[in-house]
Amino acid sequence: MSVLDDVFTRCGEEGRSALVGYLPAGYPDLPTSLEAVRTLARAGADVIEVGVPYTDPLMDGPVLERAASTALRAGFRLKDVFTVVEAARDAGAVPVVMTYWNPVLRYGVDRFAQDLADAGGAGLITPDLIPDEAGAWRSAAEERGLAPVFLVAPSSTDDRLRSTTQACRGFVYVASTMGVTGVRASVGSDAERLVERTRAVTDLPLCVGLGVSTGAQAAQVAAFADGVIVGSALVRALGGEDGLKDLEHLTHQLAEGVRGV
Amino acid sequence: MTATPRTTTDRFGDFGGRYVPEALVAALDELDAARTEAMADPDFRAELDRLQRDYTGRPSPLTEVPRFAAHAGGPRIFLKREDLNHTGSHKINNVLGQALLAVRMGKRRVIAETGAGQHGVATATAAALLGLECTVYMGQVDTERQALNVARMRLLGAEVVAVPTGSGTLKDAINEAMRDWVTNVGHTHYLLGTVTGPHPFPTMVRDFHAVIGQEARKQLDDVVGGLPDAVCACVGGGSNAIGIFHAFRDEPSVALWGFEAGGDGIESGRHAARFSGGQPGVLHGASTYVLQDADGQTLETHSVSAGLDYPSIGPEHAFLHDSGLARYAPVTDDEAMEAFRLLCRTEGIIPAIESAHALAGALRIGPELGEGTVLLVNLSGRGDKDVDTAARWFGLVDDEGQARVDGEAGPGDADADHEQGPDA
Ligand SMILES: Cc1ncc(COP(=O)(O)O)c(C=O)c1O
Repeated sequence: MSVLDDVFTRCGEEGRSALVGYLPAGYPDLPTSLEAVRTLARAGADVIEVGVPYTDPLMDGPVLERAASTALRAGFRLKDVFTVVEAARDAGAVPVVMTYWNPVLRYGVDRFAQDLADAGGAGLITPDLIPDEAGAWRSAAEERGLAPVFLVAPSSTDDRLRSTTQACRGFVYVASTMGVTGVRASVGSDAERLVERTRAVTDLPLCVGLGVSTGAQAAQVAAFADGVIVGSALVRALGGEDGLKDLEHLTHQLAEGVRGV
Repeated sequence: MTATPRTTTDRFGDFGGRYVPEALVAALDELDAARTEAMADPDFRAELDRLQRDYTGRPSPLTEVPRFAAHAGGPRIFLKREDLNHTGSHKINNVLGQALLAVRMGKRRVIAETGAGQHGVATATAAALLGLECTVYMGQVDTERQALNVARMRLLGAEVVAVPTGSGTLKDAINEAMRDWVTNVGHTHYLLGTVTGPHPFPTMVRDFHAVIGQEARKQLDDVVGGLPDAVCACVGGGSNAIGIFHAFRDEPSVALWGFEAGGDGIESGRHAARFSGGQPGVLHGASTYVLQDADGQTLETHSVSAGLDYPSIGPEHAFLHDSGLARYAPVTDDEAMEAFRLLCRTEGIIPAIESAHALAGALRIGPELGEGTVLLVNLSGRGDKDVDTAARWFGLVDDEGQARVDGEAGPGDADADHEQGPDA
């Protein structure tokens, strides 16, 4: 059983959803980013998605796109992602990496998998890699006990929901709205419907992302999902004047949200 | 181990594929089914042929350019005149095809990226013609250097959105168009302007441009009674090049040459020559050659030509390159602008700066081909959009953009002329 399986089992036993927090590695700079994942873990994130800043993040809205260019300007190098993963793991959260595909390809798929496993990473979320193109990565992951996490979307056909979830380990990333990342005023009803359709084809935990920014929204999503993914809202908090403090505060709220408090 | 890699429906050897968010897969499948069905439908073909003839003005002429060829060391040179198409470049071939498909799929809106503005203008044109809503994304830098085309698109009723992120050029416009598409895919078709992106774009866009090579092959055969010895094209994303190459791909005697933007020179690092500094990777949905750093981050590119200023290249070109079926070389800004001036002065044709890269390539390979050979160049577009850039380059305007003239006729003379008018 992988650490990801453990964390969802434990949350299930506690009768709650998992809180999955996303932060880009190296944002706003590497030292702050290390402190930020520790804060996130301490304040109640069960799983931490460590993002890889990339020059062409075409699934991301303005908040994450700006964060990526800030991190790159601050000198982010790909190998730094493993340092951040280690920090998240040491702080008690389960780290997974989220990255566009080209950086992994350039680093070497096997080498990336090895270094990720060595740093204590549990898996990899790939927003622009669908299972159809992921042959090499899936074998590399399997060999090292890493979980490949693919996305499903409202536009996925039932056939694709089936084949995509079959290729996932650990959990399934349910991208609940059509569009790019960013906070949304309300969590669309698409999300619940997509979770239902996905449940019909898999037993894996389902984590819902795209748009959640408040404890109340987290509670709303937690009512039907196994994990609540929060990204842009955390990054926005971290980017403010009192970044780490705001991050801690928001994470507490979200952690209460997933507990239905 | 030298077996040619397999070309499947969605790959060119190792290149191509679909590196996209899951959210787009259904739309890509829909598009693939629609274009396959449409291409087999005689009514669709007839409608596209009619538009190409009556609207675009196809077939585009083939023009021999002997005074230009006198500088190329021997070969006869023929230009395929895509510059004479309605809207001024080859881009309209693909645009009309995809716009008809958009209507056929029941989409009410098209979006496009544009670099030089030619693809944006063509898309805005087709949208006006077919009654579609249209949004064009253009890098901030490009909106400045191609201001005239921004105005053209807006005159045609399109919404033009400047993209300030990244390098503010073509790649950033594509990122933004992809973001729009993934959000509005239900009613919007992404009318991609070149032979890159996820399957089926590279194949579909090639098929809509294949008419360039088909016509040229026949026109040239009528004049010289045979095949050309070499075919030259500039390569941004690669659509005009693949369009003219396709008809000659199975002819081993025809050398296919693609010319990339060499910018300030390869050694300067300021260029967009993917085959001179790029490595295989993934960008904008396709596995292909990408200008990238050691971490897989996309590098900034440079070219005097907005249409060639792009860090990756259509996947079929990556395949043609690796399999040796076509050859590619960089052409610097200086070489391209010299060829630009030469064509203006010797033939009375102002080419697009993109196309001037192909002309410079022809001047370079001409001496190797020598006397008695025939060289076909794809003149992908006209230079109207580039007059400002060229005028600055050659010092025909001052820093404020005011024209410099060769001389001034004195006011006294003008008055005298007037007094001695025809009635005097
Ligand atoms: C006249 C002209 N030629 C060539 C290009 C480059 O595109 P491609 O390589 O797809 O033909 C452009 C792009 O804007 C263009 O406007």
